Amino acid sequence: MTIPATEWMSEIDDEPHLLEAYQGSLPRWCTGCGDNAILAAVQRLCRDEGLTPEKTVFVSGIGCSSRFPHYMRTYGFHGIHGRALPVAEGIKMARPDLHVFVNTGDGDCCSIGAAHWIHAIRYNMNMTVMLHDNHIYGLTKKQVSPTSPRGLRSNTTPRGAYLEPLNPLTVTLGVTNVSFVAQAVDWIPELLYDIISAAFHHKGLSFVRIIQRCPEYLPNLLDPWVQDPMRTLLLTHENGIQVSPGLAKVYKNQVRHDPSDLNKAREVASAEDPIPVGLLYWNPAVPCYDVIRQSPQLRTPDLIRAGLDSELDKFTIWPQDEPKRGQARPRARPS
Amino acid sequence: MDNTLTMQTDAGTRRTRRPRSDDKTVATLKEHILEVISDSGEGAQRCGQSVASIAARMGNGVWTVEIIPAEIQPPARSIEGASGIRIRIGSRPVNNGGDETDLVVAFNEQVLLGRVRAGELKRGCIILLENKWRKDRDPKIRDSYAQAYDQFVADGYRVHEIPMEEECLRHVPDPRRGKNMFALGMLCTLYSLDIERAREQVAFAFRKKADRVVESNLRLLDAGKEWAEANLDFKFKIPAVKATEPKIVVNGNTALALGILASGMEICAMYPITPATSASHYLSDVFEKVGGVVHQAEDEIAACAFAVGASYAGKCAVTITSGPGLSLKQEAIGLAVMTEIPLVVVNVQRGGPSTGQPTKGEQGDLLAACFGSLGDAPKVVMAASTIEDCFYSVITARRIAETFNMVVVVLSDANLATAQQPFPRPRFVEDWLAPPVDQSAVPEGAKPYDWDPLTGLARRFIPGQPNGMHTLTGLAHDRMSRVAYDPDINQESIHRRSLKLAALQKTLKAPALFGDEEGDLLVIGWGSSKGAIEEAVERVRAEGHKVSSMHLTFLQPLPPGIGEAMRRFKKVMTVESNWCDDPADEIVDQENRRYSALAMLLRARHLVDVDCWCDVRGQPLKPETVARVMREKLG
Ligand SMILES: Cc1ncc(C[n+]2csc(CCOP(=O)(O)OP(=O)(O)O)c2C)c(N)n1
Ligand code: SF4
Ligand SMILES: [Mg+2]
Repeated sequence: MTIPATEWMSEIDDEPHLLEAYQGSLPRWCTGCGDNAILAAVQRLCRDEGLTPEKTVFVSGIGCSSRFPHYMRTYGFHGIHGRALPVAEGIKMARPDLHVFVNTGDGDCCSIGAAHWIHAIRYNMNMTVMLHDNHIYGLTKKQVSPTSPRGLRSNTTPRGAYLEPLNPLTVTLGVTNVSFVAQAVDWIPELLYDIISAAFHHKGLSFVRIIQRCPEYLPNLLDPWVQDPMRTLLLTHENGIQVSPGLAKVYKNQVRHDPSDLNKAREVASAEDPIPVGLLYWNPAVPCYDVIRQSPQLRTPDLIRAGLDSELDKFTIWPQDEPKRGQARPRARPS
Repeated sequence: MDNTLTMQTDAGTRRTRRPRSDDKTVATLKEHILEVISDSGEGAQRCGQSVASIAARMGNGVWTVEIIPAEIQPPARSIEGASGIRIRIGSRPVNNGGDETDLVVAFNEQVLLGRVRAGELKRGCIILLENKWRKDRDPKIRDSYAQAYDQFVADGYRVHEIPMEEECLRHVPDPRRGKNMFALGMLCTLYSLDIERAREQVAFAFRKKADRVVESNLRLLDAGKEWAEANLDFKFKIPAVKATEPKIVVNGNTALALGILASGMEICAMYPITPATSASHYLSDVFEKVGGVVHQAEDEIAACAFAVGASYAGKCAVTITSGPGLSLKQEAIGLAVMTEIPLVVVNVQRGGPSTGQPTKGEQGDLLAACFGSLGDAPKVVMAASTIEDCFYSVITARRIAETFNMVVVVLSDANLATAQQPFPRPRFVEDWLAPPVDQSAVPEGAKPYDWDPLTGLARRFIPGQPNGMHTLTGLAHDRMSRVAYDPDINQESIHRRSLKLAALQKTLKAPALFGDEEGDLLVIGWGSSKGAIEEAVERVRAEGHKVSSMHLTFLQPLPPGIGEAMRRFKKVMTVESNWCDDPADEIVDQENRRYSALAMLLRARHLVDVDCWCDVRGQPLKPETVARVMREKLG
């Protein structure tokens, strides 16, 4: 017997787990790499939410950041460069009962996987997407990325990047069906955690851009922001991320931003300095493709047999004797 | 072929006499090929399909081939716009579209010219031609009609001008819609088809329309029948063996979709591409009935990755495509091979390379299917060779994919996609279905890639299974699915994945020979050419030659017994629709000749000097063409 999707969904994840329960193999990222902070936040989230490890899947592409699933003790799919999102969508479509997370780099998501990124936003399937944006190709050793600042010297732009960077937030906010967009920075772990947690709780695709340091290739790029709290703009709102009093004392540059206001969100997203941190946009009412496409039917062999037979009926020619003129023909019936 | 008519018709002259139906000679035929052609949208295909269905219900063998113009809306009355259908009707089962047409119904002279120029009409072919153009208001049209008509007559075709529109106008206000039913009525008379069945056919075809529509179509059907009875003095009968079992009549693409339905697969991810799309159209319409999902992705890369994700977390998924889409899918196919995720890839081949010939058949993707991914990426490749095969091969593919955790590519082509041939109605068995998703706990200590040393097989762990947590990776990995930094591990994992093909090969049966077990020439083929090759073998054997053929379903791995069979024949060659150089070309020689795909595989595998012959025109292979090739090869 096939297990119907609805039955899976009714299972409740309520077993308590320790942090170690989510720790996979030892991370091989460089010391000081921002990916470590993201991993720590996510492992904490899994513990705090009590996620059943076998019901949780981390999907990634290729890049330093895409090594992420190996460092979790859940199911993981470290796939191919740029295609994390479609793999994750297939998983979610087949198994709505699983918690699906996606870890993708700025090259993975915004360059080679850009088509999938746009469409993933539009599908709005229930998953948490973390864009590890280190403004560089790390794994392949320092090539310019779509989010590298203009003038950045890299191995493929030795005299400086030629173009203005693409802004992942404004792009995402421009796509139909966008439902959750937030920004975090790796150097404020408390907010990083809160933002990923909010993303996890959102029903739909939550897109979190995490500005991530790559000390190996861009050691000082983000220093001015890390060192000057005034160059971080905290977005506050009762429907957004709650900032603790301790943090509020350090990060005084704050603005009240209503995450339901899409136009305002686009405006906030366009201002890159100070870096806005918090929830830019949230609309829990956007329909999810995985929910729309979920079958209400129990996929049993009988259902398939009946479906197939009714289709075959449409195309069947039944053997019959030649009808005699003037006589009503007996109607053939499927046996 | 012995279809020669036994009576005379006075071709070309307008009828003055009204023959009574009982003074006609009824010629008994073993088989006949007829075509109905028109501008697109005039319903020639529906007319022809009805003829085929009626004949099939009477127990005749039938095979239909759609005649499809390259453009969606070609100009009306144009040579390149010929749209319609060929129907080959036989007393015995028919397994290909045959050679040349014996009778054609044409709605205008231009589309007919298209068929004449393509060399599709037999000498002396009977033509039933709509004659309204003779009196058209446009003098250019009148002239071109008259000219073409004279040419047809001069060329020896037996042309009958039929006032189709004029007759239809007596029954309906707009004859453009419904002329095809008049034609159907005529064909019922000419081929002694049971008009009652035709009426049922019409009622069924228009079952979703208003009663009035059904009635007017029935009126036209009767009108066509009566007109032919009164005005045409010839009639055929193709005796049928009474049908004893229910059969289904669908084209290859519908059969593929039905196979997907019957296989228990639940997710099909695709991106539209000709000629595969109609399979997805049909599947989209019916899949939800059984809880399935057709996902139209943003491109083929995404479609294939989506299917891989779905397979990874659940039952084996399927993706459907044609050549250019297969190119894009190679990336995710390689991922599935590396991670050992089951996946069915259906590839309805069209002409290549690049955008090639979208609506035309070719067998050009065989090597891409076998070797298209980078690195050593063993996968299974099967080819459907009949409409029935399209149905069952998907079911088999699903089963192999899930048993061996492999990618299985099912090759069809544009010719099978639209051809129809009745086959016994499948009886569903539960064994066809994908097994339920395993959610049981994995035994403590079990490894995600615990390759069996003999067969390379390993049980896969599916998300949701307690204790099975691991991260799949497209990087080289060890038995624990950890990224391998040790060169021995790469050596081992490639070794184990490769063994799976050998393990599958051990379960395959030797392909049967068509004809004797030994002789002068063995012709090996695969895919949609089966019917044409076997018919050619019959013809050439009837001439006294020792020719046999073998048709392969599995192309990778190649089944056992081929080498041995080849050695029992003096000469071996393949007949394929993918390119091979002609040794007669001045600069082509032994050292640079490019061989057809299967020939290359067989030569490499068996060290036998396999010759090959190809045709890449995109039309279904004709039996007489293959017979000619055989005679030449025999010398
Ligand atoms: C199809 C393909 N093209 C190129 C590569 C090489 N490649 C691997 S990772 C990468 C870029 C990684 O950059 P990013 O996504 O920003 O991840 P990061 O390493 O910075 O975390 C590239 C180009 C590949 N693996 N596959
Ligand atoms: S290269 Fe950069 S992104 Fe990659 S692990 Fe090192 S610090 Fe992190
Ligand atoms: Mg990067």
